[in-house]
Amino acid sequence: MRGRSGHSGPSVSTDAGTRPATTATTTPGRIGDSPLRPDGTLKVTGEFAYASDLWHDDMVWGVTLRSPHPHARIRGIDITEALTVPGVTAVLTADDVPGENAFGLEHADQPVLAVEFVRYEGEPVALVAADHPETARRAAARIRVEYEVLPAVTDPRHAMDDDAPAVHRPGNLVRHLQLRRGDQSVTAPVVVSLDVEVGMQDQAFLGPESGLAVPAEDGGVDLYVATQWLHVDQRQMCLALGMPPEKVRLHLAGVGGAFGGREDLSVHVHASLLALRTGKPVKMSYSREESFFGHVHRHPAWLTYEFGAERDGTLVYARARVLLDGGAYASSTAAVVGNAGTLGLGPYRIPNVAVDAYGVFTNNPPCGAMRGFGCVQAAFAHEALMDELADAVGLDPVTVRQRNGMREGDRNITGQLIDSAAPVAELLQIVADLPLPPQRDADADLRALPGSVGNTTHGEGVVRGVGYAVTYKNIGFSEGFDDYSTARVRLEMTGGEAVATVHTAAAEVGQGLITVEQQICRTELGVERVVVHPKNTAVGSGGSTSASRQTYVTGGAVQAACVAVRDVVLARAAASLGREVSQLRLDGEKIVGASGEVLTGLAEVLGEDAVEETREYRHRPTHAIDPETGQGDAHVQFAFSAHRAVVDVDVELGLVKVVALDTAQDVGKAINPDAVVGQIHGGSAQGMGLALMEEIVVTDGHVRNPSFTDYLIPTILDMPPMQVKVLEYADPHAPYGVRGVGEPPTISSGPAVAAAVRAACGRPLRRVPIRPEHITGT
Amino acid sequence: MDFLQPTSWADALAVRAERSDAVPIAGGTDVMVDLNFDRRRPGALLDLGRVPELREWTVEDGTGGVGATGGVGGSTVRLGAGVPYSRIIDDLGARLPGLAMAARTVGSPQIRIRGTVGGNLGSASPAGDAHPPLLAAGAVVEVESAARGVRRIPAAEFFTGVKRNALEPDELIAAVLVPEAVGPQQFCKVGTRNAMVIAVSAFACALHPDRRAVGTGIGSAAPTPRRAPEAEEFLAGELESAGLWESRGDLPDGLARAFGERVAAAASPIDDVRGSAAYRRHSLAVMARRSVTWAWAEYQQDLRKAA
Amino acid sequence: MDSQITLRVDGAAHPLAVDTRTTLLDALRERLRITSPKKGCDHGQCGACTVLLDGRRVNSCLVLAVTVGDAEVTTSDGLAVDDVPHALHRSFVEHDAFQCGYCTPGQVCSAAGILAEARAGWPSAVTPDVAADTVELTDDEIRERMSGNLCRCAAYANIVPAVADVARAEGVRR
Repeated sequence: MRGRSGHSGPSVSTDAGTRPATTATTTPGRIGDSPLRPDGTLKVTGEFAYASDLWHDDMVWGVTLRSPHPHARIRGIDITEALTVPGVTAVLTADDVPGENAFGLEHADQPVLAVEFVRYEGEPVALVAADHPETARRAAARIRVEYEVLPAVTDPRHAMDDDAPAVHRPGNLVRHLQLRRGDQSVTAPVVVSLDVEVGMQDQAFLGPESGLAVPAEDGGVDLYVATQWLHVDQRQMCLALGMPPEKVRLHLAGVGGAFGGREDLSVHVHASLLALRTGKPVKMSYSREESFFGHVHRHPAWLTYEFGAERDGTLVYARARVLLDGGAYASSTAAVVGNAGTLGLGPYRIPNVAVDAYGVFTNNPPCGAMRGFGCVQAAFAHEALMDELADAVGLDPVTVRQRNGMREGDRNITGQLIDSAAPVAELLQIVADLPLPPQRDADADLRALPGSVGNTTHGEGVVRGVGYAVTYKNIGFSEGFDDYSTARVRLEMTGGEAVATVHTAAAEVGQGLITVEQQICRTELGVERVVVHPKNTAVGSGGSTSASRQTYVTGGAVQAACVAVRDVVLARAAASLGREVSQLRLDGEKIVGASGEVLTGLAEVLGEDAVEETREYRHRPTHAIDPETGQGDAHVQFAFSAHRAVVDVDVELGLVKVVALDTAQDVGKAINPDAVVGQIHGGSAQGMGLALMEEIVVTDGHVRNPSFTDYLIPTILDMPPMQVKVLEYADPHAPYGVRGVGEPPTISSGPAVAAAVRAACGRPLRRVPIRPEHITGT
Repeated sequence: MDFLQPTSWADALAVRAERSDAVPIAGGTDVMVDLNFDRRRPGALLDLGRVPELREWTVEDGTGGVGATGGVGGSTVRLGAGVPYSRIIDDLGARLPGLAMAARTVGSPQIRIRGTVGGNLGSASPAGDAHPPLLAAGAVVEVESAARGVRRIPAAEFFTGVKRNALEPDELIAAVLVPEAVGPQQFCKVGTRNAMVIAVSAFACALHPDRRAVGTGIGSAAPTPRRAPEAEEFLAGELESAGLWESRGDLPDGLARAFGERVAAAASPIDDVRGSAAYRRHSLAVMARRSVTWAWAEYQQDLRKAA
Repeated sequence: MDSQITLRVDGAAHPLAVDTRTTLLDALRERLRITSPKKGCDHGQCGACTVLLDGRRVNSCLVLAVTVGDAEVTTSDGLAVDDVPHALHRSFVEHDAFQCGYCTPGQVCSAAGILAEARAGWPSAVTPDVAADTVELTDDEIRERMSGNLCRCAAYANIVPAVADVARAEGVRR
């Protein structure tokens, strides 16, 4: 076993009794273990081929010309000069899009290349292919675009004003979610309210967008790309390229992080258009700066919340208005509004509710999916307000949350029954009971202090604060979406050894899905060697690597395919052995009888044959919510997490040192405990980043900090030690009892940090990221 | 773009004289950013990485005099323009504590291995971390041209505008002459992250008990790095009139605060994505107050260096 | 303008003509197809392109290829000898010190650099005694010295013990 040190290990229970009866007793690397990643060695040496590492000997390079204006009419585009640049092989504009010049995750409202209007700074206008990226860039600079600059809508709070310019017809509303539950005229003896503003966060995956499009002899294209969902990309590409799916083949290249930012198309259609036009493989790779313009961001939000409560802190009602800036195109704004509306009051029992959540179009950068998806923004509001309520009724922050926390059997604000564990109170108690970090040493080195080696304090002005937050998140796609995954599993003897091959199109983006796929195959088939087939569209959709859903849904598909393979094998064995199938099981390449006696070998049963089965897995259906009341069973599963943050704040300079960030989370079943903890670390860091430093600053529609110099993400010195406690309350409706893991920590960590800073400095701090000037009031 | 790589200082000056369109590059940690982002396309790059003279530091004693550094018989470090920050941290923490403290906050470890004070001066960014301690120490920038020889420019006169300096087109930065500390020095830098961060604001102070003077340097809070002369004179005067240089008694109540206010008043900051003007001014007042308090406490404890 | 240079990378010499503006990173990746160092930010703010230049770590995006001269460039891939992974490689895998892995070759090079720095006694910003001959790589020292390498997946909690184990084996940590 690995010599893991430190105190961040999970408290995972391992109850062998819950394992399926067919579990091979001799095979390591099953579910519940933490086998090493199969791609690990390639990744640490750098041999692993990320999308940006791809190469084709004949390839040319594609670049994108983007709009400098947030809103303008295109009067004309002159490409003649660009075409004269030596080395240029193609210059394309909207006229060159063969299919429908439109794409989009939910609504195809975004042009592949701008036509007539540009609606945000950075919108793609033209493409160039050349023998060298520098040549292509120079040629792109010679494309003359005549713009007529138009008035821009850049303040979403005025996007629905009568006199606001329309970003799209008929108007600037993407979605209004109206939710009404209980008595709308109820009053309460204690009323607290606040306004909260959340800045625009970037996924900031370290591997910028990249892809290689290779034209094929059949007139189609093979695209190797870093993405989160090959099949939804394929669907959009087919529309734009005017081609059937069999001619638009996608292959997952190495993905350098995603976090929601690769749900929408980036280079996909552009590189394919250039490849089809030039007849050559085309590589496109964004720089970091272009990446900031090349993908959607987390929606900035404006939230107005009011809670009414009894004097003992029991919630009576909640009223909330949430405004999300969707930017220039719809992307997944409607679904983000869905989450912010249906989940936006947090994991609390509230009998009377009025929520209005809006997503609007503006001429700001398009916003869409990012880890936490609508719940992150809302959590800053409901958790700040819970602290207000605690103050108002004289309770501590933990107790007030426990008093109102959801429990299994409750109904949430859309009226949906919480039909598996909802350990809100327990999670809070766990983090509250964890040991607090020691008080700061009087002679602690600078790095233990706010400001770090910047040497801004030797202890002066430093005040400690502690903050709590608890949140919940839907797992999987909601509101009636047909959310499924496909898996193909093949079992055969190769060189005397049983080998299972698992083929899904579900994207591995670093979360460890391929390790989980192997673990499930080992568990179900009892073989040690599992090959993960390259991910591509030659198998059915694996659904999106988002919504914390892959272990659940693709895991379910892999399990189902394995069971189907196993059934075939056992049926054959039963026939040849003359026994009942029900008395046989597969264990370590053997067919074993009821009392564990080896009856025959897998090799004998399989012979030269391979057994291959493909299965789709669907989670229980979800349903659209009622348009008037917002009531309905919108979600399939909920995941809960709590954080406690401890911070030292230099209240005079407004600098924050996060001293500890401890968390507890229910994961249902930890298929891979190490990966679970890794997800919790990563999610917590991103939530903390939003609370303290991460913001794309947009002024009048222009991004002012598209670089890692001024878009700051946490370094190793910003990340505090974490105590991570993992609960495993199996969800009886999910494969192995799993509950999605990746997003909840991103949702609860930020509000806990914000609460801790508030506790330290005594200011309301109603905007995140919290900047030094907010803390100092200057 | 031509690439010029002299291997001696004399050759470097000769090349510089011929190619005023060349951009000098040492560690590359600033210049390369501009090149990668296509912010500039110089006619030539003048790589100073092979000029051995630039990579040395030496101590010159005060008797020979090194110009307007103000050192009274003290020693001066002649810091070659190409000495990387990592060596300043390693070698010069005792002689140039303010500069060494600043060097520790530059970029990342990788950047400190490559980046140089000469490069910082060449870029002349108002946010350059080396500038405030050089100003506070009363450093002098030694520049040279093949045609006119050596010029010595006080750091306070070196910065002429946003990312502009007093270099003539045919000149190169040879070294910076920094008086060895004879009193406590401090450097403070506000950043919104614990590593790899550009200063929102920065402040350096130095006590010069030998000449009963106070040095200051302000970063990221004006078009150029600058001193706060009124604050310097105010504090030195108060210390003098109260006899504190000799007595090493406690600072009177409010003196550090008053100094801080004067430092803040010397700044002319702007609002940008890294911080607001008001915050920058406020933070300077706090940093100046705290750092002079620390420096004075150190002075009180350090009886070995009697003025 | 092109310059004729020879880059010595991971033990092999590669003559090539490069535009003088070419960074070491681009020369490695686009000319020599040595893609172990990754491009994350183009300006020294992420560390994904970290390589060793004569044993010292640098951001290869901030080094002009033409300035490298005879210096030996070592990538994470080059730390493996005869396809046997380096101790850091094994330790990073065993500690699950990465998720997406994009930053990892840079992290590994940085870690190799700090082991050398510690052996040579170079202090960091948190070293208590900057004049000491050797430096012990405590957790604080490792964090400080690894602070030029971003990991967006935030595998930081596992990177520290991954480096610490190797430091212990190399005698620069108790």
